[in-house]
Amino acid sequence: MNVDGLISNFGELTTTGLTVGAIYALVALGYTLVYGVLRLINFAHSEVFITGAYAALFTWAAFGLTGNSRVSGVGSIVFYLLVAMLVAALASATVATVIERVAYRPLRKRNAPPLAFLITAIGASIVISEAFGVYTRRLSRGAPAVVPSEPLFRIGNVGISWVELLIVGSALVMMVGLDQFINRSRVGRGIRAVSQDPNTAALMGVNKDRIIMMVFIAGGLMAGVAGVLYNVRIGALAYSVGFLLGLKAFTAAVLGGIGNLRGALLGGLLLGLTENYASGLFGAQWKDLTAFVVLVVLLMFRPTGLLGESLGRARA
Amino acid sequence: MRQKLVRVLGGVAALALAVGGAAACKSDSGSEASGDACGFKIVFFGALTGSDAALGINENNGVKLALDKYNKENKDCEVTLLPLDSQGSPDQAPQLAQQAIDDEKVLGVVGPAFSGESEAANPLFSEAGLVHITASATRPSLSEQGWKTFFRSVGNDNAQGPAAAKYIKDELKADKVFVIDDQSAYGAGLADEVKKALGSAVIGTDKVQGGGKQTEFSGTVTKVKSSGATAVFFGGYYTEGGLIRKALTNAGVKATLIGADGMKDPAFIDGASDAAAEGTIFTCPCLPPAEVKGTFAADYKAMYGTDPGTYSDNAYDAANILLAGIKAGKNTRADMLAFVKGYTGEGVVGSYKFTDKGELDPSAVQIWAYKVEKGQIVPVKRVPLA
Repeated sequence: MNVDGLISNFGELTTTGLTVGAIYALVALGYTLVYGVLRLINFAHSEVFITGAYAALFTWAAFGLTGNSRVSGVGSIVFYLLVAMLVAALASATVATVIERVAYRPLRKRNAPPLAFLITAIGASIVISEAFGVYTRRLSRGAPAVVPSEPLFRIGNVGISWVELLIVGSALVMMVGLDQFINRSRVGRGIRAVSQDPNTAALMGVNKDRIIMMVFIAGGLMAGVAGVLYNVRIGALAYSVGFLLGLKAFTAAVLGGIGNLRGALLGGLLLGLTENYASGLFGAQWKDLTAFVVLVVLLMFRPTGLLGESLGRARA
Repeated sequence: MRQKLVRVLGGVAALALAVGGAAACKSDSGSEASGDACGFKIVFFGALTGSDAALGINENNGVKLALDKYNKENKDCEVTLLPLDSQGSPDQAPQLAQQAIDDEKVLGVVGPAFSGESEAANPLFSEAGLVHITASATRPSLSEQGWKTFFRSVGNDNAQGPAAAKYIKDELKADKVFVIDDQSAYGAGLADEVKKALGSAVIGTDKVQGGGKQTEFSGTVTKVKSSGATAVFFGGYYTEGGLIRKALTNAGVKATLIGADGMKDPAFIDGASDAAAEGTIFTCPCLPPAEVKGTFAADYKAMYGTDPGTYSDNAYDAANILLAGIKAGKNTRADMLAFVKGYTGEGVVGSYKFTDKGELDPSAVQIWAYKVEKGQIVPVKRVPLA
């Protein structure tokens, strides 16, 4: 136990923990949305994320940026970020749609048992990640330094960089946008209706298939942006990183209350912080162990997660 | 319509199976026809895919080059290479070891390449009496397990660890060193040797997860930063090494990173980026290309279009020891084991002779320091052994 270390590094462990947590939260949204509507866990969502991350790398590579490039100048930084986010979000949303069409819809039409969905989703996940593995010869690829990582300003002894601001900021913006979309738009009303009672919603004229498709697309868009932010933060990408990150994001979704958008945000940030504090206190080898002990203990007392399970009943 | 499609697909699948099966049968009968005294195989055992694959591929290429040369000179009795891809994972190792053991034509193994997979596979090899020469698994305790078939054609971390510590003290003049390891058999063992040799200069330690499992190191980076270390030693492989270097640099940590043979690969620089990797030091019981004898480097380049990587040359020598045994008519595993045990000879790296525990004779061990300069790994100097 290194309490002094934790105290003296508390600020920095907090900022980096929030940064990682924001990425978890964006990916967690995809799990939560699909669960809210289908009552199923989309285990292929981690590969929706990986697709976005690779799409961003390939986009940058198309502009001639390699792992050794540094981008400078506000104009080009914004340009490269926006283009990458756009391409990544579209790529992820496309893959999410394909997964829905291939691994979910045909089974739904035949009233398959939930286990069958689980297996097709895991199958789709393995197919996609292995395809990237073969394509990249299982090597990890460096990402260009699109956003400067030098500290921008300091709070006490903690430097805050553009990278951290960008990640936490865009995660918050995306999250608020999605929350508003679900709570205010027509489609959002449809999503809430289907998640409360699919059959009644269908009787009221809501097209269930279309709503489910929209949910996959929305989750895909979030995961695509998360993929770009992951590249900005970590700076290298391998085909296999989706699995663990997906597991963490899924954990974050359950921690906050699966099916609950704000819960996903809270769960993600909390998980990121717990991991960092644990590695500060006990050493990095204990971070996963501690994070999951916290999860189990929390679920013992609040089985539906911190904010409860409620996509349908989310209040505006 | 849909049912028709399913039937067509099914038919195609059945056809593919039949064709595949026929092809498999054909190749089986081919190997039988080649007779008893020929058709032997040498196994390369190591990571050919996965996050640490570059190290395995370097060695497999070295072995392939040795076999290629041998087969050109012995056209009537060729030896084939059986590469077994462990993905660097101890979990895969026992099953692959069994596969090598069950194939009666296999007379020897080059590998296992990593220490972790060695611990899992070597007991099986020892039981079966199948000789294996590793060109890169450097955990010292591997030779202390009583495995009868273990040989190591390279110096171990009892030499490499203190040499790294010596370099940190004498050349970098660092008196505040932070030591990180990846909790693997190799990385943790090496980090322990370095800690022992550095003593009170170690001001902090942390452990991360290897094998491509961890990509986010902010907790560790924070600790390094607040410790004020001027040098960081990482016991582990290049994938995590590159990410750690990048994360350190991004966090503004300028301390020099020192790693060892598992990190000495161009993929480290790819992961870290040229700018962050600049100045990183590696120690390695491997020779710079200019010190390797004969036409090895040129032959390698002609065959693969790239310069030999870390341990390509050691693996080449290890394969040649086994090939010399086959050439001398050692047709059984027992004969082969006895042959390697008594072997003395010259390879492209140096002279080979094994102690009774299977270690390379201490007089032949050399440790070199390398440095990253402008995106290239260049040799610095030979580190004297304490």
